[in-house]
Amino acid sequence: MRDIPSYNEILPHLFRREYAKMTAVLCSRFGLQHIEVAEDIASDTFLKASENWAIDGVPENPEAWLYAVAKNKARDYLKRIAFFETEVRETVKLKGPDDAGQDFDFDDQTISDSQLAMIFAVCNSVNSVESQICLALQILCGFSVEEIANAFLTKTETMKKRLQRARTNLRNDSFQIKPLSEAEIKSRLDIVLKTLYLLFNEGYFSKTNNRLIRKELCSEAVRLALILTENSLTDTSQTNALLALMCFQSSRLDARIDGSGETVLFDKQDKSLWDRSLIERANYYLVSATNGNEISKYHLEAGIAYWHTASADENKWQHILQLYNQLILIEYSPVAALNRTFAFAKVYGHEKAIVEAEKLNLTGNNHYHELLGYLYADINIEKAVNQYEQAIRLTKSKMEKQTLQKEINRLKGDNRI
Amino acid sequence: MKEFVLIFRLKDISDFKPSPEQMQERMNWLAGIAAQNKLADRGNTLLPVEGSAKTVKPGNLVTDGPYTEIKEFISGYVVVKAENIDDAVEMAKANPIYKIGGNIEVREVLKRD
Repeated sequence: MRDIPSYNEILPHLFRREYAKMTAVLCSRFGLQHIEVAEDIASDTFLKASENWAIDGVPENPEAWLYAVAKNKARDYLKRIAFFETEVRETVKLKGPDDAGQDFDFDDQTISDSQLAMIFAVCNSVNSVESQICLALQILCGFSVEEIANAFLTKTETMKKRLQRARTNLRNDSFQIKPLSEAEIKSRLDIVLKTLYLLFNEGYFSKTNNRLIRKELCSEAVRLALILTENSLTDTSQTNALLALMCFQSSRLDARIDGSGETVLFDKQDKSLWDRSLIERANYYLVSATNGNEISKYHLEAGIAYWHTASADENKWQHILQLYNQLILIEYSPVAALNRTFAFAKVYGHEKAIVEAEKLNLTGNNHYHELLGYLYADINIEKAVNQYEQAIRLTKSKMEKQTLQKEINRLKGDNRI
Repeated sequence: MKEFVLIFRLKDISDFKPSPEQMQERMNWLAGIAAQNKLADRGNTLLPVEGSAKTVKPGNLVTDGPYTEIKEFISGYVVVKAENIDDAVEMAKANPIYKIGGNIEVREVLKRD
């Protein structure tokens, strides 16, 4: 017989999942200006749950219990402010005369609509992209300040201040959380997709070695992207391409990080650890993304990720190079320039790639020296070692320093033979 | 950084439509410049074919195509960023156009304020 989970097992999980939903629904009612009220009600609800469930045990349907409590608390709140002249009351009044009598709905449609509106509220260019990601983690994903600080390797106090600043900016921008017009969605979807893309990358190429945090960042980004596909206005070709990219990358998450948190290079990954079902889902979204004529950077990156999972094709690297060619023409980035050169080496050999690489002018970028070290390894050991040593000096990651040092030792060992 | 227009010229109209291999070489060249963050504008192809190319002369005289009096025709252009014209010329030298007898004219852009 299965053990009934005790309340302190089930609560953190539920909290993470339902807190963001609850806040979103409450917020779409109170307005973004009063997000703190919404968050207070959500927090109170979970506090009450932890007290009651400790004594009475977990109810049969915990979600329904939580939403019933939240509804009552929200109703109490509206009744209370009806007696006092407050700024909040004015806001609520504006929403229509019979508003206070209207019930709070926590049905699936309302939750999904509210979450979508919330995503658009948080992904706002009044804040830096990094602040947007932090806000998304807090407001959309229910992460604690400590967890976010951990993911970004910053002090909790610093993160707290950054989040407060970002919230103030949102409030001052007076962006209305509801209703989202078609024009608004169209003009802001780019920023939303970019934030989700960066949120995913934060997990995938994380600064932290904590495997659990990394996986959660990735899966939260996927979850939010899925919400976008549920609404016909946001279910665009780019959204599907982004989702395909995330699924392709996620399929390799387990193979990409070894037991000690070290990154395993693509060539050395155990392919049996790739998640086949995620690859299938990725293929599905990639097909959905190619319905139109549009080719965005998400399409190209998803295409590159697709070819990486297609192991046997002899023209694989040629395809990957062509996709990188297109990608770099859409948007320059040092990462894309380096990856393109790597693909170039796979197609045209290391000697020609060195010529391409040395034109890149990325001296001071540790990955640049790492790439040159790799390209020189079979041609000129002395130069290769020199490049790897520069990379070691430049990188801040301990793990990377170790990996590079191993490579140097291997090269020097070969030299003696 | 200054900007330079690279103007591509071909001699034979039959070379205008590139083979897949030529296309790949051109893309590699163009992306190689973009990878140095030196592409200001990826430019355009200029169609030389009938119905897409006319030359207008004094006295409302209109002729077909660019190629009645000159042997070469312009097939396209890109705009690159470079420290000086020598750098721009180096970029032009790596283009595969010479294999089919084409040439590239390099011209500094005088920016209007």
